Amino acid sequence: MAIKGAIVVDEVKCKGCGVCASVCPKHVIALSKNVNTKGYNYAEMINGDCIGCASCAMVCPDGVITVYKAKV
Amino acid sequence: MFNEEIVKPENLVYKKTSVLTDAVMHYCPGCPHGTIHRIIAEVIDEMGIQDKAIGIAPVGCSVLAYNYFNVDFVEAAHGRAPALASAIQRLHPNHHTFTYQGDGDLAAIGTAETIHACNRGENIIIFFVNNAIYGMTGGQMAPTTLVGMKSATTPYGRRVDLNGWPLQITELVAQLPGTDYVTRQSASTPADVRKAKAAVRKAFENQAAHRGTQFVEFVSTCNSGWKMTPVAANEWMRQNMFPKYVLGDIKSDGEIVREYNPADSKVIRELIPVK
Amino acid sequence: MAKELKLMKGNEAIAEAAIRSGCDGYFGYPITPQSEVMEHLMAEMPWEKTGMVVLQAESEVASINMVYGGAATGKKVMTSSSSPGMSLMQEGVTYLAGAELPCLLVNVMRGGPGLGTIQPSQADYFQTTKGGGHGDYQLYTLAPASVQEMYDFVFKAWDIAFKYRNPVMILSDGAIGQVMEKVYVGDYVPRWTDEEIAKNAPWAAFGKPASRDHNIITSLELDSAKQEQNNHRFQAKYREMEKNDTLYEEIMCDDAEYVFVAYGSCARIAHKAVQLAREKGIKAGLLRPITLFPFPTAPIKALAQRVKGMLSVEMSAGQMVQDVKLASEFKCPVEYFGRYGGIIPTPQEVVEALENKLIKG
Repeated sequence: MAIKGAIVVDEVKCKGCGVCASVCPKHVIALSKNVNTKGYNYAEMINGDCIGCASCAMVCPDGVITVYKAKV
Repeated sequence: MFNEEIVKPENLVYKKTSVLTDAVMHYCPGCPHGTIHRIIAEVIDEMGIQDKAIGIAPVGCSVLAYNYFNVDFVEAAHGRAPALASAIQRLHPNHHTFTYQGDGDLAAIGTAETIHACNRGENIIIFFVNNAIYGMTGGQMAPTTLVGMKSATTPYGRRVDLNGWPLQITELVAQLPGTDYVTRQSASTPADVRKAKAAVRKAFENQAAHRGTQFVEFVSTCNSGWKMTPVAANEWMRQNMFPKYVLGDIKSDGEIVREYNPADSKVIRELIPVK
Repeated sequence: MAKELKLMKGNEAIAEAAIRSGCDGYFGYPITPQSEVMEHLMAEMPWEKTGMVVLQAESEVASINMVYGGAATGKKVMTSSSSPGMSLMQEGVTYLAGAELPCLLVNVMRGGPGLGTIQPSQADYFQTTKGGGHGDYQLYTLAPASVQEMYDFVFKAWDIAFKYRNPVMILSDGAIGQVMEKVYVGDYVPRWTDEEIAKNAPWAAFGKPASRDHNIITSLELDSAKQEQNNHRFQAKYREMEKNDTLYEEIMCDDAEYVFVAYGSCARIAHKAVQLAREKGIKAGLLRPITLFPFPTAPIKALAQRVKGMLSVEMSAGQMVQDVKLASEFKCPVEYFGRYGGIIPTPQEVVEALENKLIKG
């Protein structure tokens, strides 16, 4: 059994500041190559290593990250 | 792409509190105001005091905070929030009146209101966001701008002969008998966010117990004013701001817990290292 | 209502009326010649009688912002000051007007400019009725001419302030503030309960119940189109005040050939001047504006069409006379007589001025 996490980024509201990526202990987050309607490279998960620690959400200035965690 | 099995309501561990509205914040990308707003809003949510909270934000970047906090809110003139808060809390003694002020607002134009509200021991919470700059007006020198630090009005760095010393107003208000809890926090890392949230919670709980003025500083960044990326600004803050604006409690339960006399400080007088 | 007769200073009458009218909070800073307002409140300790909050602030700047804060939560709050202090408050006054907050301001005028003198004056007419602070706004302005009116106008002020969501100014002067006269005072009007505030001021920021959206009090609107709409709303409100709540008094105007226009303590001097003039065979009358904004334009216009001249009598260097001239639409000569810098004109000089400027001239 392992802890698996996932984040959902509100891509429309994300401003692509990258603070979430800088604090992620598992290097799960990166800024997308795509941009949202405001022209920001929004944050996205780039692998399945998320542990649902919510570090990213805690430092997200715009509150655009929702975090889920489950035992699988 | 990685999360179909995990993203289910029963697995939710973190979601933006409903004490913040869904409005898109006007703050620059990476601006800590949003994080600090959320910390305060989460505490209000967790304590169940949304109906008793009255926020006040004066002129500055956070002047539009009323669009983001889902509590009753009053916008104030530059520097005057502690005066508004004094009246509101006295007229509503069982409410939770809090101000949300920047460094130019609180430590320059509003110094008198700050000092006197603290000295009267008004049962209010003052949240003080110190990013060492006037953000809204375009990055001019603030009272807390470090010696040597560049700003729009100190283009060659703050010079003491021209501009005087940085003002450590948090240490000053800790000396006043009316302040009960004076603490300096930050919100750039998850650990700092956790500590800050505990401090904010303590402030609201002290207020509920009518203990007097609660003063919570957040050492903060202004990445656009500092002309850095958000991540670089956080790093710069840790290297240059934290040695001078030392994190942690200064006064707790009405007792000074970290003796410090700003007038004796060599640290605040030191020039920041030039990159 | 039970009436009780008291001998009081004008300033004390303001304070007594505050307590008895259900005022929730007074925030002030000492300045001559109005310091008795806060002194009386502190001596009466209304927080023990009615729950009214009284706070001596660190400055006039803080006082007016305390008023702003209290008013934002739907409470009946007030401050008082005198001319230099009122100048300091102007930033807060324009914020109050811009955020549409009801409150009571009292200016017991003294001579200026600058630190000036502590003696009575009416030289803040422009400051009060033409702005004072920045932006297009108006204060509903009451000008008491007796200690009784100092008392009564406090009650009137709350009605108007909440009717229009607008600051109300009682523009008095050092003479009315300091003189002692008999005053009939009435029963205590209870302060509004939380439920009454929620009903009477549903816009106020007194804490958001789950049943409604959060209330925001602000004078800021960065969208110019919306800010113009806000200004349209303010102007419409001021026109309503003009239509419904302009107050004035006409004394012996029915057969008058010459009319004095005077407010506050000058109106009392002008009233005496009417008697002196009539003793000399001059048919004089007095129009006393009770509200300076809204100004009694219509009655002045009506009088101008049938009298031989009007004399604006002021303790200022010719401020209200501009409004009298505009109101007269130049249908008759309008002249000004005033003393200022703390000097109060005598009725004799007023009659002489009438003779020299309008009758002989």
